[in-house]
Amino acid sequence: MTADRIFRGLFALYLLAFVAYLFAPLAIMSAAAFNTSRFPTVIPWQGTTLDWFSAMWADAAMWQALWTSAIVAVLVAAVALPVGTAAALVLTTLHARARSVAYAVMVSPLLTPGVVIGISTLILWRQVGVGGGIVLIVVAQTTFIICYVMLMVMARLQRFDRTQEEAALGLGASRAMVFRRVLLPFLRPALLASGGLAVLQSVENYNTTLFVRGFETPLTVFIATKVRTGLTPAVNALALVIIAATVIGAIAWEIARRRQVTARPRS
Amino acid sequence: MSHSVQLDGIGMTFGSTRAVGDVSFTVQAGEFFSILGPSGCGKTTILRMIAGFLEPTEGRVLIGGRDMRGLGPNQRPTAMIFQSLALFPLMPVWENIAFGLEARGMGRAERRKRAEELLRLIALEGYGDRMPGELSGGQRQRVAIARALAVEPGVLLLDEPLSALDLKLRQHMRAELRGLQKRTGVTFIYITHDQSEALAMSDRVAVMSNGLLQQVATPRQLYDNPATPFVARFVGETNAITGQIGAVGGGMARIDTAMGPLRGRADPHLAVGQKATLYIRPEALMPGTGANTLHARVSRMDFEGAFALVHGQFPDGAALTAAVPSTRLSDAPAPGTDASFFFAPEHAVVLADA
Amino acid sequence: MRDLYRRFGPGLATVFLSLVLIWLAAMVLAPNLMMIDYALRPNLPPAELGGPQDVWSLDNVLYLANEGVHRAIFFKTIWASALVALLTLIVCYPIAFWMAQRATPGQLSIALMLVIIPFFINEVLRTLAWFILLAYRGPLNAVLLNMGVIDQPVRWQGDGGVLAGMVYAYILFMLLPIYNAIESLDRSQLEAARDLGAGTVRTHRRVVVPHAKAGIATGCVFTFMLAAGSYVAPALLGSPGSRWFTEIIYNWFFEGGDWNRGAAYALTLLVLCLAVVLVTLRLFRVNLTDVAK
Repeated sequence: MTADRIFRGLFALYLLAFVAYLFAPLAIMSAAAFNTSRFPTVIPWQGTTLDWFSAMWADAAMWQALWTSAIVAVLVAAVALPVGTAAALVLTTLHARARSVAYAVMVSPLLTPGVVIGISTLILWRQVGVGGGIVLIVVAQTTFIICYVMLMVMARLQRFDRTQEEAALGLGASRAMVFRRVLLPFLRPALLASGGLAVLQSVENYNTTLFVRGFETPLTVFIATKVRTGLTPAVNALALVIIAATVIGAIAWEIARRRQVTARPRS
Repeated sequence: MSHSVQLDGIGMTFGSTRAVGDVSFTVQAGEFFSILGPSGCGKTTILRMIAGFLEPTEGRVLIGGRDMRGLGPNQRPTAMIFQSLALFPLMPVWENIAFGLEARGMGRAERRKRAEELLRLIALEGYGDRMPGELSGGQRQRVAIARALAVEPGVLLLDEPLSALDLKLRQHMRAELRGLQKRTGVTFIYITHDQSEALAMSDRVAVMSNGLLQQVATPRQLYDNPATPFVARFVGETNAITGQIGAVGGGMARIDTAMGPLRGRADPHLAVGQKATLYIRPEALMPGTGANTLHARVSRMDFEGAFALVHGQFPDGAALTAAVPSTRLSDAPAPGTDASFFFAPEHAVVLADA
Repeated sequence: MRDLYRRFGPGLATVFLSLVLIWLAAMVLAPNLMMIDYALRPNLPPAELGGPQDVWSLDNVLYLANEGVHRAIFFKTIWASALVALLTLIVCYPIAFWMAQRATPGQLSIALMLVIIPFFINEVLRTLAWFILLAYRGPLNAVLLNMGVIDQPVRWQGDGGVLAGMVYAYILFMLLPIYNAIESLDRSQLEAARDLGAGTVRTHRRVVVPHAKAGIATGCVFTFMLAAGSYVAPALLGSPGSRWFTEIIYNWFFEGGDWNRGAAYALTLLVLCLAVVLVTLRLFRVNLTDVAK
């Protein structure tokens, strides 16, 4: 009994340490945004200031980087959603053996290191005269983000009752109407979630983007360059804004999800 | 407007297995027609070929005299009610019901009006804006029916739609379906493995076994004049006594069995010396001796109210079941004794062994 | 294929099929084939392209094999990535087990939020956080100095910093697959094991780990692959003495100006990663179909 107690106590400590491990680096990074020190740190605390936020706000290069990332993310989601959905649908209609081969090919981008995807994309497109830039960033990122969409849509499809499609056909609907009115509404939650995931994956990508960026500077490249060329707490201010937006977004998502679960009881 | 359905030698082969072979019958317009058989007998395959979800590998389907070859399920004048009902869970009830009308391009206001009319027909007024998940099993059942009727199909195909309901609701829905069929006059083709359901509701019944058609007849004929050994055993309870044909004539046959010669109705084409079986219903057996007498050892008696079921064994080991009316219970033999039963020859049927 | 057309009709089916084929052909297969082609050709000035020198050979790959420094970095990247996977596994396993079997639903949803939130924040920022934490005059050194654990600041940047940053960065990729796998373990199996007298260690070794092996394999494969292919953590947290193989590749492309050699290096990395994936899956007898989260 006592041994059990000690074990429980130790485990609780471990949990605490784990949470600290997860959040201490983020907390320190965020706190450093308020320190007047020119190098972002929390020790020594040289005074509290909001100057770094205004410095960040006034940084035109930052806005340019944000804009680039936003455009890329929207384009990536716009391409990855339809293609990923199509891939999931094609895969689920294939028969066992063809399916496992096709599956291996379709998830291979997930098992390919990000730098390799960037490099191979860069090499191929140079042949047709397209250099690094927004287009190549979008192409390289969608190559593997499609996989995420595909997996999420497939997971949802597994719970789809196909007699619904037959019922709709039997009532005279065209194939297009069956897709639009029956299958697509069913897939909606998965599409929303994978759209969000696609945007996040795109914005946070660095390893692939680095090779195909050409002269563009998306947000991650902007931050990494700052670290090497002259880091100021203005970057921390940006990080804090991103963290805050993320936390608010996550909480809002969770609330929306719970509301939906309670509003629509499962039959 | 209801349609006739004609199956003309249809067959279905999946890979190397033949699910349905050479089935022909005609369902009259306005008929309540059931296809009865154990699971795996091919009845659902036939229904899916009529609906157009499967294209037969042989033969053809005619609906209202029109060959349906090459027409998909959305181009046929049929509507289907699925075993799982397959209501659209993300549409409110009224949109479910009006889905077929939407497919036909009807405007929203008119669709809503038609949906309300159908909701009245199935006694679910005011439920139009509910989601299917909020309805009870019986209510969902009725919505599925209304959704199928909304498109005014010539033929309604029902794939064991009552199997998910509990017994009481199932019996209620049987009567409701039958009444609905009479009111609308639509041809119903109803699939079931439950013989009492088929016998109680149908104008005619087709019995299937192993992909082959056994018999098409009215419930009464099916029970009294089974055409094949399978039908005799599958529809209702029966006692089977094997033997050899001794004589044929006048619509009757004599069969020589281990218990001596017995007589029953028979096809005049039976040949003397052929192996055959005599089938006799439990309720046609009476305790005592007569012209056709059977001997058996009684093992137990189950009192069921109107009847007492006497169970036992014939000398050759086959099972005996006799239903003795409660009013004559005093004549019933006691368990553990040897007893005799007799029957009238016109109540028994002699069929050649398959 | 026939089923696809039957299910969606010719119009939609053709659209779906062409989208997928374009993706697979132009974005998955063609770039990799072109990269192989590049890797096998020498780096020539434009005038000599297509000339007698422009033939396939293994020269670029052999260069890597013979160049001592690069070869050492290549092997260090491999074992360091394996170490990252192992450390991440050790850190995550208890948490995953707790979340899957011990946490109440309320605790679970909070725990899930807590582990997912840091991973919605991008990898560069996560690495930046460690950059600040581990800085020479940074908080970690200051705390340790104050506590008297060390007498003078430690230069964390280098191999240690890279490992710490990577373990941190890939926790979620390890945690979620293991959590999913352990979650499907029937709790009565644990009770049965305990009832039969098995201690904590034995219960895990004989019951939990065998049940969760698909999840463990998935987590390890992903973590290894992400670590070996990472650029940002070594670039920010490393030192000149702790270069990562991806940095060498980057240099061939954007500083050395020899794309062919860079392609050969990238191809080597790809082949290695695929080999590790396949061998691990085979060792754990896990189907590729199970490697989806």
